[in-house]
Amino acid sequence: MYEFEYHHPGSVENAAKLLSTLPEAKLLAGGHTLLPTMKQRLAAPKHIVDMRSIRELHGIHVKDGHLVIGAMTTHSHVAESALVNSHLPSLAALAAGIGDPHVRRRGTIGGSVANNDPAADYPSAVLALNATIVTNQREIKADAFFTGMFETALKEGEIITHFVFPTGIKGAYAKFPNPASRYAMVGVFVARHGADVRVAVTGAGANGVFRANALEAALKGDFSPKALDGKGVSADDLNTDMHADAAYRAHLITVMAKRAVTAAQ
Amino acid sequence: MATVHMTVNGKAVTGHIEPNTLLVAFLRENLRLTGTHVGCDTSQCGACVVHVNGQAIKSCTTLAIACDGAHVTTIEGLANGTELHPMQMAFREHHGLQCGYCTPGMIMSAVDMVNRKGHELSEHTIREELEGNICRCTGYHNIVKAVAAGAKAMQGMAKAAE
Repeated sequence: MYEFEYHHPGSVENAAKLLSTLPEAKLLAGGHTLLPTMKQRLAAPKHIVDMRSIRELHGIHVKDGHLVIGAMTTHSHVAESALVNSHLPSLAALAAGIGDPHVRRRGTIGGSVANNDPAADYPSAVLALNATIVTNQREIKADAFFTGMFETALKEGEIITHFVFPTGIKGAYAKFPNPASRYAMVGVFVARHGADVRVAVTGAGANGVFRANALEAALKGDFSPKALDGKGVSADDLNTDMHADAAYRAHLITVMAKRAVTAAQ
Repeated sequence: MATVHMTVNGKAVTGHIEPNTLLVAFLRENLRLTGTHVGCDTSQCGACVVHVNGQAIKSCTTLAIACDGAHVTTIEGLANGTELHPMQMAFREHHGLQCGYCTPGMIMSAVDMVNRKGHELSEHTIREELEGNICRCTGYHNIVKAVAAGAKAMQGMAKAAE
């Protein structure tokens, strides 16, 4: 790892100031993507701004019927939270399946969503549950947030502070993990918002997480696994790599969507 | 250089380190606590697991400077003098190791597992919870047995301490 200067601001305001004044500064959340990347010398920021000590970014509460989760809240905190388990159990279940127990102790929802790894789990939840991403500058709807592989609508110097999730949604996440890395080879989050259904797919898309419109349309009329018979996503925009080709991923999307719908009943 | 203060295995320590020092390097190279191992160095294998403020984490993917003020427990901090911790005893009795490289991380994860999940651990729970610890020798069978036995034995330890 190359050398850097370490900063640990006590507030989002100070973190934003550091980001705008220091050259080549990077935010450090849980560090389970950034630190390995720096160890491989694929990233070499001159300044690390560690967000861990910013209290306002930690924690979970319910406000106006919505679940509010701070950006620095860890996966294990979300997985074990009584509030998340009662208001949005599908999100708690997803968090409980990220990485391994040690990774879940450090990794954060804000770090995962801001990074938008195409095989990360959280982006599918944010998109399918139609969450709002709140930053130090504005509110961003999930549909406008994920713009491509490792790309988001976040501007230079913009910091995610928390997420606002609607509650009382029937939903579930089904993941087909890569047998070695355990990252999602395909992960499908299905969420029923009254008469509307949102289906978000991670791990498969060449441009990162996306909504599967054909599956959503099929499930709107009939929210059952059977409704997905013969339905699917075109393999055209899906990833091919050493683990699975696009056609296999396309097949897995329907299989995982059916499992998610069954689990969401 | 930066200064970092921690309590490691109950002892107050101070280190003058570069900010890019990983916690595992600080423990091994500055404090000479070489029981914590570096296996994959990519946060997958779990040979580097230690407890920071009571929680098992991967010290190869944690900056030492970010642990300023923290309480850290390593494998060296488990035994009570010459008396092994019940989880260490269980690994010895059930032959939960072959080469031993992954063992410190396995034991630190196992103790954390008991702290979170209690003393009666099913085989399924143990195998799931060991997802972040890789062993290339044993095939895990005896490790799973050792964790189950160690978890029960730790109950005796808690009672004895009362």
